[in-house]
Amino acid sequence: MARRLAGTGTAVRFSFEGMAVEASAGDTVAAALLAAGHRNLRASAVSGAPRGPYCLMGACFDCMVSIDGVAGRQACMTEVAPGMDVRRMAAILDDGEG
Amino acid sequence: MNAPSRPTRRADIVIIGGGIHGCSAALYLAQRGMSVIVLEKDSVGRHASGVNAGGVRRLGRHLAEVPISLRSMAIWHGVADFLDDDCGFQVAPQMRLARTEADLALMRARVAQMQALGYSHEVIIGSNEIRQHIHSLSDEVIGAIACLDDGFAQPYQTTFAIQRKAKALGARFHEGVLAEQVARDRGGDWQVTTPEGTFAAPRLLLTGGVWSGQLAAALGEPVPIIPFAPMMLVTSRLRPFCHAVVGAAGVPLSFKQMPNGTVVIGGGRPGLPDPATNRAETVFHPLRMSAQACISLFPIMAETSIVRTWAGLEARMPDDIPVVGRSQLHEGLYYAFGFSGHGFQLGLGMGSIMAELIATGSTDVDLAPFSVGRFTSLQAAT
Amino acid sequence: MIREVDVAVIGAGPAGLAAATEAAGAGLSVVLLDEQPAPGGQIYRAVEGADAGLMHILGRDYAEGRALVAAFRASPAEYLPGASVWNIGTDRLIDFSRGGAIACLRAASIVAATGALERPCPIPGWTLPGVTTVGALQILLKTSAVVEDDLVLAGAGPLLWLVASQLVAAGAPPRAVVETVPKGRMSAALSRLPGALRSAGYLRKGLGLIAAVRRAGVAVHAHAEALEVEGGAAVTGLRFRAGGREHRIACSAVGLHQGVIPNQQISRLLRCDHVWDAAQHCFRPVLDAHFRTSVPWLHVVGDAGGIGGARAAALQGRIVGLDLAVRAGRPDDGRIGALRAELDRDLAVRPFLEAFYAPDPAILNPADSTIVCRCEEVTAGTVRAAVRLGAPGPNQVKSLIRTGMGPCQGRVCGVAVSTIIAAAQGALPDRADYYRIRPPLKPVPLTELAAYPVIGPEVEAREP
Ligand SMILES: Cc1cc2nc3c(=O)[nH]c(=O)nc-3n(C[C@H](O)[C@H](O)[C@H](O)COP(=O)(O)OP(=O)(O)OC[C@H]3O[C@@H](n4cnc5c(N)ncnc54)[C@H](O)[C@@H]3O)c2cc1C
Ligand code: FES
Repeated sequence: MARRLAGTGTAVRFSFEGMAVEASAGDTVAAALLAAGHRNLRASAVSGAPRGPYCLMGACFDCMVSIDGVAGRQACMTEVAPGMDVRRMAAILDDGEG
Repeated sequence: MNAPSRPTRRADIVIIGGGIHGCSAALYLAQRGMSVIVLEKDSVGRHASGVNAGGVRRLGRHLAEVPISLRSMAIWHGVADFLDDDCGFQVAPQMRLARTEADLALMRARVAQMQALGYSHEVIIGSNEIRQHIHSLSDEVIGAIACLDDGFAQPYQTTFAIQRKAKALGARFHEGVLAEQVARDRGGDWQVTTPEGTFAAPRLLLTGGVWSGQLAAALGEPVPIIPFAPMMLVTSRLRPFCHAVVGAAGVPLSFKQMPNGTVVIGGGRPGLPDPATNRAETVFHPLRMSAQACISLFPIMAETSIVRTWAGLEARMPDDIPVVGRSQLHEGLYYAFGFSGHGFQLGLGMGSIMAELIATGSTDVDLAPFSVGRFTSLQAAT
Repeated sequence: MIREVDVAVIGAGPAGLAAATEAAGAGLSVVLLDEQPAPGGQIYRAVEGADAGLMHILGRDYAEGRALVAAFRASPAEYLPGASVWNIGTDRLIDFSRGGAIACLRAASIVAATGALERPCPIPGWTLPGVTTVGALQILLKTSAVVEDDLVLAGAGPLLWLVASQLVAAGAPPRAVVETVPKGRMSAALSRLPGALRSAGYLRKGLGLIAAVRRAGVAVHAHAEALEVEGGAAVTGLRFRAGGREHRIACSAVGLHQGVIPNQQISRLLRCDHVWDAAQHCFRPVLDAHFRTSVPWLHVVGDAGGIGGARAAALQGRIVGLDLAVRAGRPDDGRIGALRAELDRDLAVRPFLEAFYAPDPAILNPADSTIVCRCEEVTAGTVRAAVRLGAPGPNQVKSLIRTGMGPCQGRVCGVAVSTIIAAAQGALPDRADYYRIRPPLKPVPLTELAAYPVIGPEVEAREP
């Protein structure tokens, strides 16, 4: 599991899938979720397979979540804010064509 | 020192331009037993034919185009068997929404006119029927004109499949080969000069899309092609909510949801065409209007993001219908270009009509409205 | 009204910071845009905020970033953090999003300093949650002081060892380092060693890192092959072959690395000329001596123009910043020449590193069943099937099977798809083509686009 070294900043509380998560001010949503043990942030678009942050630098889009109702936000590019409501994005599965 | 002249390649016909029209004509001509050479300066389907919106639409066609469009549609409905590739073709209603009684009255008049001409494919549908196809729709919509068994397809997949079928029937494609000049030799053959040598044939078909103007002018038949760059937007995936290809009266918009959930939006302000560099540039600022129109008609769209945009290079004619048929000046020269933003659906039928015209000398489709002469006489008058 | 500036710099890593600092110092109006909340780029990420403990863990090279950031902060350049540039028009109009709204500005010269991306590592299981790039692990450490406890690092390249040593210093050594450099690489790279000795500092540092990781008792497996991440819904282990036998290390996180490659999104968007760099096994934009692309007003500095590392990036940035000022009529005080000489020295180590750390051949041509396009979940085999059907290049393959059509816009899979296609056609990679990059470079919410501010007649006039 991921863990935080000593010396964290001010605590920020938000929620992931309704579960309380404690982050440190300045964390990205992705870092805060990883530190809290949440690696599986979304279902992939095509097969629905579990996915989590891969690059943490805004390139891969595997960290996309829905934040306060806005889908498709990059968790690794978004700083946590108190009270944020972060959710997994529901998979919209291909029906095999297109 | 002169370079040794490169071998001349000869066929019954040379086609200049490997878009859907060039490929489709090649397929049907090969099917009729002709030897065919297609010259494509880039790669097949690289331009309008590979990047268009994929709308397979009879709805709202110019009256002169209706026979070609109907002939095409019959082929589309069996396209998977014909091309051994489903081309991503899906039957789906095409509809144009009305939000005012005045718009709806115009639509009713159009349907009456079509019926008087013996065409029954366009119908008026009410708002309940519309809502069976579109689950998130503005309350303002009161009715629509529709073609219930139109559809959409994957443009590159289609053009590529037509090319493969044409190849299987013996057509030869030379990609990355620019037709620079065309001249008639003493034996009556067209000589097409390219950086890869000369190609020759007694017949020549020009299907060069937006690049057709230079060769047509050199052949003595200048045409006022307007370069045109329709823009397309693709969104992130949304849960299925729309099973129709939708436009709306008074709104520059065409809209459809793909089976994978992405929504493809077109029909808005065009981008910047630059045929000389093969480039069509997207300009975002005016797209705000398309974005606003989308959200107001389909509220669910407020949840999506634009993932990708592009613009394609298309030839538009001043009267928005193509130049199709025989040259007025030269025996053995044919044209099919200038499809003005709606030539994808026509591609399959047009190819079969051109092949018929070229191989038999006539076709039962009236091509007079598409004559290249309509511009020549215009110019003579000014 | 559209705001006009002399220079827009995109990217606040060493290259962008240096370019902006010099150009603004010479009196040009400069705006620097970056999507991160703070300056530093990937290498010096969060450098202003790091406390003494973290500084110690991250090492002296990281600390060097402080001076660069401080000089930039002290310069008159304007800084727009949190600004994500997603389109640049041929009329030099830059569209970007900031704080949920679109804005635009126009610059006479644009400097793309968008850095590097990690090379895609398509191996079985690389899409499982718990697999990240090694760079991602370093970002976690820099920005949040978060470390993975149950981790294996796998791949090749200087960053692999740097991060391993930083994790050791943080008291969170990885379970193992699995290095994929094949046997025989050293002898292949030896001919480049004499040149590399001109910048021997890098070599000494590199050997020091490796030694520190070994000293800490981290298991090191050399010449590993056939890597495979194991797991159903999450990582459970890493399998590989090394030393003539199969290995399996149980772990819940895997960091992958096969070097870095230029981030070409902007230079591709503007259709600049690019070449295949056979030494670096990647594409890079063609640049002249002034770091200008084939589009005369677009410059590319730092790793985005070819991998050279942080020092070289800063030197290139300074050169371009000064150069732009000279071309705007400011006097040339001779600093450019000195910087160029320093840049040459600094880059001397590269040919050796490139030869030694050339990517694992298996990564360039993955097995049929391995996913290459993560967004659209397309396997290498599907790409090869499209090639067999006759698709001539990456753009046609993209149209047929959706590789590169997902939200990452081909950033992750691009080079892998190009090399797979070239190999399937029996062509050398230098014949390979690349995706045409379409705007927006990052997805833009439709609501944001709908609220694009009205910007006046000048742009309207450009519309057909
Ligand atoms: C964005 C967009 C959306 C569209 N949406 C739809 C739609 O939904 N439904 C619909 O029915 N239509 C649509 N269209 C229109 C449709 O795509 C075109 O009408 C149709 O593809 C035209 O085909 P073409 O073969 O004439 O032209 P192109 O596809 O442009 O092909 C012409 C080819 O000729 C080649 N060429 C030109 N000159 C030479 C030369 N001298 N030597 C060698 N080669 C040459 C070019 O490289 C090119 O490949 C759309 C168009 C665009 C751009
Ligand atoms: S983890 Fe790659 S974009 Fe966020």
